Amino acid sequence: MAAREPENVGTLVASGNEVLAPGHTYGSVTDKITAIVLTRGTGNKYKVGFATAVGLFIALNVGITVLMAYGVGVWGINIPVGWGYAITNFVWWIGIGHAGTLISAFLLLMRQQWRTSINRFAEAMTLFAVACAGMFPLLHMGRPWLFYWLLPYPDTMGVWPQFRSPLVWDVFAVSTYATVSLLFWYVGLIPDLATVRDRANKRFKQIIYGIFALGWRGSARHWKQYEMAGLLLAGIATPLVVSVHTVVSFDFTIAILPGWHSTIFPPYFVAGAIYSGFAMVIALAVPLRKYYGLEDFLTIRHLDNMGKIMLATGMIVAYSYVMETFMAFYGGNKFDVYMIMNRMTGPYATVYWVLISVNLVIPQLLWSSRIRRNPLYLFLLSFSVQLGMWLERYMIIVTSLHRDFVPSSWGMFAPTRWDWIVFLGTIGFFFTLFYLFIRFLPMISIFEMRDLVRKTAEEAEA
Amino acid sequence: MKDKNFVDLASVRAGLENGGSKRFWQSLEQLANPEEYQELARREFPVHPPKSAAPGVSRRNVLKLMAASAGLAGLTACTKLPIEHIAPYVRPSEEFVPGHPLFYATSMPRPEGGALGLLVKSNMGRPTKAEGNPDHPASLGSTDIFGQASLLDLWDPDRAQTVLHEGAITNYSEFLELLGQLRGRFLSQKGAGFRILTEVVTSPTLGSQLTSLMAQFPEAKWHQYTPLNRHAERDGLRALFGENLSVQYRFDQADVVVALDSDFLCSGRGGVRYARDFADKRRVRDTRSSMNRLYSIESMATITGATADHRLPLRSSQVEAFATALAVAVGVKGIAAGAQLPAGVPSGWLAGVANDLRQHGGSSIVLAGDHQPPLVHALAHAINAALGNTGKTVVYTAPIEVQPVNEMDSIRELVGDMNSGKVDTLLIIGGNPVYNAPADLDFEKALDRVKLRLRLGIYNDETSYRCHWLIPQTHFLESWSDERAYDGTASIVQPLIAPLYGNRSPHEVIGALLGDPGRTPHDWVRGYWSDQKLATEVEYETFWETVLEKGVIPGTEFPAKTVTARPGFGAAPGGGSNGQSAGAGAMEITFRPDQTIWDGSYTNNSWLQELPKPLTTMTWDNAAYISLAAAEQLSVTNGDVVEIAHEGRKLRLPVWILPGHADGCMTVTFGYGRSRAGQVGNGTGFNAYSIWTSDKPGFGPISQPRKTGERYHLVTMQRHNIITEGGRQLEEESKSAFQRDLVRVASLGEFRSNPDFAADPPEETVQAPNLYPRYDYSTGYQWAMAIDLNSCVGCNSCVIACYAENNISVVGKEQVDAGRIMQWIRVDTYWRGNLENPEAYHVVMPCMHCENAPCEYVCPVGATIHSPEGLNLMVYNRCVGTRYCSNNCPYKVRRFNFELYADWQTPSLYGVRNPDVSVRSRGVMEKCTYCVQRIKEAEIRTQVASRTIQDGEVVTACQQACPTQAIVFGNMNDPKSKVSIQRAQSRNYVLIADLNVRPRTSYLATLRNPNPEIKE
Repeated sequence: MAAREPENVGTLVASGNEVLAPGHTYGSVTDKITAIVLTRGTGNKYKVGFATAVGLFIALNVGITVLMAYGVGVWGINIPVGWGYAITNFVWWIGIGHAGTLISAFLLLMRQQWRTSINRFAEAMTLFAVACAGMFPLLHMGRPWLFYWLLPYPDTMGVWPQFRSPLVWDVFAVSTYATVSLLFWYVGLIPDLATVRDRANKRFKQIIYGIFALGWRGSARHWKQYEMAGLLLAGIATPLVVSVHTVVSFDFTIAILPGWHSTIFPPYFVAGAIYSGFAMVIALAVPLRKYYGLEDFLTIRHLDNMGKIMLATGMIVAYSYVMETFMAFYGGNKFDVYMIMNRMTGPYATVYWVLISVNLVIPQLLWSSRIRRNPLYLFLLSFSVQLGMWLERYMIIVTSLHRDFVPSSWGMFAPTRWDWIVFLGTIGFFFTLFYLFIRFLPMISIFEMRDLVRKTAEEAEA
Repeated sequence: MKDKNFVDLASVRAGLENGGSKRFWQSLEQLANPEEYQELARREFPVHPPKSAAPGVSRRNVLKLMAASAGLAGLTACTKLPIEHIAPYVRPSEEFVPGHPLFYATSMPRPEGGALGLLVKSNMGRPTKAEGNPDHPASLGSTDIFGQASLLDLWDPDRAQTVLHEGAITNYSEFLELLGQLRGRFLSQKGAGFRILTEVVTSPTLGSQLTSLMAQFPEAKWHQYTPLNRHAERDGLRALFGENLSVQYRFDQADVVVALDSDFLCSGRGGVRYARDFADKRRVRDTRSSMNRLYSIESMATITGATADHRLPLRSSQVEAFATALAVAVGVKGIAAGAQLPAGVPSGWLAGVANDLRQHGGSSIVLAGDHQPPLVHALAHAINAALGNTGKTVVYTAPIEVQPVNEMDSIRELVGDMNSGKVDTLLIIGGNPVYNAPADLDFEKALDRVKLRLRLGIYNDETSYRCHWLIPQTHFLESWSDERAYDGTASIVQPLIAPLYGNRSPHEVIGALLGDPGRTPHDWVRGYWSDQKLATEVEYETFWETVLEKGVIPGTEFPAKTVTARPGFGAAPGGGSNGQSAGAGAMEITFRPDQTIWDGSYTNNSWLQELPKPLTTMTWDNAAYISLAAAEQLSVTNGDVVEIAHEGRKLRLPVWILPGHADGCMTVTFGYGRSRAGQVGNGTGFNAYSIWTSDKPGFGPISQPRKTGERYHLVTMQRHNIITEGGRQLEEESKSAFQRDLVRVASLGEFRSNPDFAADPPEETVQAPNLYPRYDYSTGYQWAMAIDLNSCVGCNSCVIACYAENNISVVGKEQVDAGRIMQWIRVDTYWRGNLENPEAYHVVMPCMHCENAPCEYVCPVGATIHSPEGLNLMVYNRCVGTRYCSNNCPYKVRRFNFELYADWQTPSLYGVRNPDVSVRSRGVMEKCTYCVQRIKEAEIRTQVASRTIQDGEVVTACQQACPTQAIVFGNMNDPKSKVSIQRAQSRNYVLIADLNVRPRTSYLATLRNPNPEIKE
């Protein structure tokens, strides 16, 4: 490059408020990120982690095989609780994905610079979370091999999906989401793949990365087109942040079941999704920055910001809990009142109160900047929120179903070992993909970081 | 006691030396204790049944047999099976169209005697569904659970299928040869040493065969035994009237009924008819209608008690005192006044009942339960006589048994003879005495002393296993016979199918002993009735055709007998109290038939095993039912195993708390704990016969049950029975049900002053706006169902009928526990009031077929859709199994095949399936269809005839089976249809109207008719 390399001077001591630690040049950024893929190799900790993830992934395969062989009866579901872990996991995973899209698309349009260094792996997280989520609607079906009946394909019998069903909307919402997320992520990767291709020292790697770099040469024309494509995709992806989880919430609100049938659900679900998604990003970011020495790129400022978003969305979720309870009593419908009372005092009261503590009370610690700026505390807190968000979906599904209108049909749901294996198995699947991702693809956007070097340098000069 | 595992080395050495070193030995025990070892080996590898004599087939015999069979093989072409005409009901056989079912009248013999008339559907010669025979007095077109489920027994793969001789397969002609030899011997010895054991015989033909057999062999004896026998009633009647009688009740003429520990609704010989008559007197059309009044004094909470207007829990032993006091109060002469009324009878209760009875002299009934002693029966009938009910509501006839005996004495005598070596040949026909004879008689041990034991049995059960010969017996749908109903009416048992496994009927076996082995059951039955000269010889052919068609032989009901009550009956033999009452502080045990599998005759019937028992909704097990107070006293809860000792015998079984059970006693039911029932029944429940004794057959004292600390998992369909969690669960569920107005109850007086008590407020019943366009329901057939909860007694017949009609799968105990029972119609139970004596109410729940069905719009593939006739249909082929429809069903009537529940492996079970209904596979939702196959059948039939379906032409399976006619189905667009009339009644309501789902199934609210004199 002919131009003088700008140097990110700033103050030489990190204050924790910058989005990129001082002292980085184009070269140092590129070196540091590509090194993880090309030269550092796999360490023992990576191997242990990867083996654990693959082990769980194998368990998932066993779980699915058993499920296919014997039917959904291997799970704990029954009449009245027709949905159990599968749908809980589906909503949970798809919620987790939302943070990635929010970061990569919404914050891009909002010109939030701090998104740059977390954007790539957050997007990967989205993609993998959607892959995990997408599995469950198929697995939970009684006859999963007929899943394509939910698609509007030209059937010789002239039969279409039943478009009034939110499950059909789900198919569109989730498949759109998966497609856009994949495209967005891949398009974002192209310049970096070219960088890795150029730096790769083995023929095999050069070819592979070369193929996926789609002949990127970094010409001005390329960049012009590329910027436009990125903006367009961001424009398409941004509404999905809101729409996907709104549609997912329709799975519940369209029903007439007390505890499901509620207009508060769409905003409540979207906020909850972002809440859990940021928790997942923190859960991934904290170990990544530690083990790969990325403290310069993933700074305290990032953690602080994400903590703030969690606090904001968490408060929306808390508001929803309060309003849900209030509306049940204010509306005076005996079924709604019973449903709320049953959640709080019935057989699943433990779930409710644990949920309130981990999802509502503990996250109040985020008001303190000491907590927000402490990676360990934030890391632990992110687990609390993720547990909380999982329990929230479990509570909505199970406690609403297990005691609905006709008391004679009241029942209980208890997960079986296959419920657990499939659930934990998808976590294994997620981390298997994620481990592969951090090993083979630049987990932080190199070209955007270089851009950031320039911008922070300019800011420092100004 | 010597440790049985101890091996004395010295004796081992001695044993080795005895046998020499060349001997092979299997274990040290064998050497040490040769005798004990033999015993051990015998138990481990039993050679059953024990050999009587070596059959010894020599090589020479084999060659002879081969030659003979080769010769006979050519002859088979010449044999022609005799043609035995069976006649279909209503539609003559010329109209037979392949694919169209025909109905044949037949009758089901009950284990305790008496017949239930049936019409059995035959699809291409394959019986698939049993309905009641409208012409049969015990049925009137309805059935109980056993009538419905009997069909499954026919196809049971566990039935005995081959003739067995000492465990080896042989054939019937071998057996006939043996019978021929035996006959020769008996003829010369007058039948000395020969005994026949049957169940209670109410078949005139079999009775006449047995009678003539006994005439031929005067030294032989015919014994009858059924565990649930009616000798207490018979003895009581004999004590009172001096002769053997059968009694029948006319509930259609009774305004006041007092049941003394009697569960007369839908159980026993006349149960189905009694339920119909009882419900007819209770049907309320408008405020001018009247209702009968039922008082139930009972130890265990039963459906009769749940239906009663006044229910009083009393221990079985206290019923006698109550009956005595009641007899005094209504003025029966010859009873010592001043008898102590049992504690727990509220003041004024007895006087209230007595006054009510006195005001309804001639139109009241007092009846006692079968397990009550003869004295209580005598007292009940003395009261009836004093009230002038005799001949009006209570009718006495000659006994319907061919030869009434005291069954308990009969088997006691047989066991005595067997033990003293007087019996060398025993023929056991039906029954299962090894399993169900009283434990103190030790029938099994006595049986082992009989040299030759012949057995005609449907199963290779406990008894068959101990016999030398097992001849597979015919199911009643396979053979000709006849049976008398509770009123004496004789009906023909007409076969619908040739014996599946070459089974033999009792008529054939007895016929062979009579020296006529070639005569078929058909000829025996027909011959018997032709001898009765009911028609002239010329007309006999037509007469017989009519009899077969209708299933009932006209004019055979027994005429009423005029009887005179004798004073001082209490002192007469058999009339006295058996001294069974429990001492102060001790517990009491009452033995009863199980609500669903009866005396064990239906243990291997999976429909009945899975059927939730009334009130408890327990499936697949029995338990010791106790009251909450008794549970607290014993500090046990549901599922705690207790050990009870009765007459020195011990039984461990779990307890179940049954609200409304009398305090200080427990009830155990028969039929469970079998070892050789079959793959369905083996290992279910606990065997109450193991502690049951011949001298205390009804109830008796036991010492305090001992809590063992073990737990046993009992499974119920409705979870609200978990009442011991501080009593909270029951309270909450039932309270919620009433808060939600699922059950609407009023007294007759309240109804008269406010006929609209059950109506929903108008704002909840108007058509609320709907996002989606409405269907037009104004034209064509619009199917609807109305269920009169005031008539429903909760007998579960509808549930079993639905299993049979709609090929519903049985899922087993574990899956029921997981909440996956498949029944399309269920009987929900809710309790109200205190736990000591609560009221219990039933709500029958089929699919509601909502007009705005919430299940339909959430299905992603359109697998559940609405028909123009208002049916909510389920397209199994299209279902992908998201279960969203079930989640969104407010009534939770949808059922999901979580696993492959349908049995595709057992070929014999293919036979029972209704060809008009698909068998659902794994991953598919299913639910009540209002029997759409029956609707479509009627539509096709009427379209061919260019007419519309008349009211009553489409009858759903549940409706058809219902003994009380509580279910009405029809076209609600026809203002004259029964269902429209019911829906127009002021008591009509739908469940959860404010959801705006507009159910097509509606309910008529329950009414109670309490006695104003009794304040509760």
